[in-house]
Amino acid sequence: MQEIQNLLGGFAVALSWFNLMLMLAGIVLGVIIGVLPGLGGANGVAILLPLTFSMAQQPGGATSAIILLSCIYWGALFGGAITSILFNIPGEPWSVATTFDGYPLGQKGRAGAALTAAFTSSFVGALVAVLLITFLSPIVARFALRFGPPEYFSVYLLTFCAFVGMSKGSPFKTIASMMMGFALAAVGIDTVTGQLRMTFGFEVLLKGFDFLIAVIGLFGIGEILLTLEEGLEFKGTQAKLNMRVVLETWKELPRYWKTSIRSAAVGCMMGIVPGGATPASFMSYGLAKKMSRDGAKFGTGMVEGVVAPETAAHAAGTSALLPMLTLGVPGSPTAAVLLGGLMIWGLQPGPLLFVEKPDFVWGLIASMYLGNIVGLIVVLTCVPFFAAILRVPFSIIAPVILVICAIGAYTVHNSMFDVWLMVLFGVMGYVFKKLDYPLAPLVLALVLGDRAEDSFRQSMLLSQGDMRIFYANGLVGTITTLSLLLLFWPLISMGIDLLRGRRAPTIDKE
Amino acid sequence: MQQEKAVGSVRLWEVVVAVLFLIFGAIVVWDSRRLGAQWGSDGPQAGYFPFYIGVFICVASAMNLIQGIAKGSRDAFVEWGQLRLILIVLVPTLVYVALIDNPWYSLGIYVPSMVFIAFFMRFLGKYGWAKIAAVTLGTMVAFFVMFEIWFKVPLPKGPIEAAFGFA
Repeated sequence: MQEIQNLLGGFAVALSWFNLMLMLAGIVLGVIIGVLPGLGGANGVAILLPLTFSMAQQPGGATSAIILLSCIYWGALFGGAITSILFNIPGEPWSVATTFDGYPLGQKGRAGAALTAAFTSSFVGALVAVLLITFLSPIVARFALRFGPPEYFSVYLLTFCAFVGMSKGSPFKTIASMMMGFALAAVGIDTVTGQLRMTFGFEVLLKGFDFLIAVIGLFGIGEILLTLEEGLEFKGTQAKLNMRVVLETWKELPRYWKTSIRSAAVGCMMGIVPGGATPASFMSYGLAKKMSRDGAKFGTGMVEGVVAPETAAHAAGTSALLPMLTLGVPGSPTAAVLLGGLMIWGLQPGPLLFVEKPDFVWGLIASMYLGNIVGLIVVLTCVPFFAAILRVPFSIIAPVILVICAIGAYTVHNSMFDVWLMVLFGVMGYVFKKLDYPLAPLVLALVLGDRAEDSFRQSMLLSQGDMRIFYANGLVGTITTLSLLLLFWPLISMGIDLLRGRRAPTIDKE
Repeated sequence: MQQEKAVGSVRLWEVVVAVLFLIFGAIVVWDSRRLGAQWGSDGPQAGYFPFYIGVFICVASAMNLIQGIAKGSRDAFVEWGQLRLILIVLVPTLVYVALIDNPWYSLGIYVPSMVFIAFFMRFLGKYGWAKIAAVTLGTMVAFFVMFEIWFKVPLPKGPIEAAFGFA
């Protein structure tokens, strides 16, 4: 097996003392970020990205840099569960479903069991997703080597149509938010013709809008403003986690193997197709509730109700890196930030990465195994410490987070204009969140805008302006059809509901 | 239940945001037309792609506008008490950013950050000055070591840092 050999090579790269130290630092930072309000996976990684600029210049440094950043991401995924269970505050959007049963468990005095179940199932979900990445990504990459501009454009189209089709809110809001991302991405010098687009004579707009600033503002500042509405205090359950509780919970967990497998499968699917970790966790919770024997008791504090969303969220969060690595199409905002990092370090994400930088790719994949093991140990042993962070009074933690956001925004381009932009994006993020405009499509469009446009233009050049190029062969045709299906899914499902609606009464009577 | 004064209904803000989106879309369309949104002699012109993006924005936000007017909830968008809390944080943040860098007298990032944290601790937390000094100095030293020394990322500095020999 070629993959096993590559993976062993990757372990050789990842298992240096320096990289292991970075892993530990990344996980600890990540959990802290996941616990703090206003800081989450995406903006946490965005803020810390500039720290890796000088690190990535050294030989082999890019691998160390991605290990640090991806471990921050794993840490944030773990950390979200802590606040959900102890404080009933989802630290991350994907841990909302964890609060349904996690917080009641904590109230019943079984916080330790809930935390152990959450961490362990997170680990299991991640492990399944990493195994998938290990064996599937080389195949996808090899396949994608044959992709031309039309194929790439159809993949981008699929990504964005998936957002419209999967969104729970109004599809028009999703489209508006996404198109705004594309428009902002177009600002600045047009790479093909060299013309200035939408700068209106402002020199600061020449560089265009950096999505890292948007991420820090929208997710960071916006989130803090939203938290402020709820008041300035956090009240929580005490956290105690000793070895006995951990072992007892581990004995209980194998009973839920069916839920675990189903949730991991849901998570992996939703992660690869850009749906993201948040819908995956809800979907998996819903499925578990429907299919479990104790389904009726869900919501009152069932361990199974913690296992389902956590497994799915972690599986989705991890497998979102698969399309990022193999196609250069991130499946989630955090994956988008990691992709941005790759480009800043001078690596071209996409199938060629597997051929040209095998050290980097396999080092990263190996670090995913190690990072999640390190993560599980860290969170199981240090829960009281992390929970203590939320007890730091708000009047200290809030200004410190805002300072960190400002520094993060400044260091991206050493530009103060970016800090002002960050505040503006923050207010925008607050209003968007209140009105249910989704933020993830905006960020992904901002990241992929230029490349989507390039592939579209190249395709148009190839075909001399004929749109039929997106149906020129079976592959493009299939992806394009799938995209359009997803795009019109809200309409299609409305149609299905209408048809069902007529028959529903008869089903009810049975 | 205590009735708090609301700052606009959700419906009102839906409409405001949709109209802002419409204006934004119109600007995109207008600028793309200026650049040329047609098929040039050597392929699509610079405004070709953004033109359609702008059109999509306009269409989607028109739909949002209609839905906002028709179905928008009349619940409060934000209550005065909540907005007050938000402004207590937002206004000092703006002052903070202005202090770091402005055309007249920029202070760098460290001193304004200390003032900013101290302000919150004093006026929201009612802490004593000794505690404030410990926390602000501690965080700034941590940031300095982490950014300037460990990861070699320079942050903006002002006259006070210059007096210590860091520029």
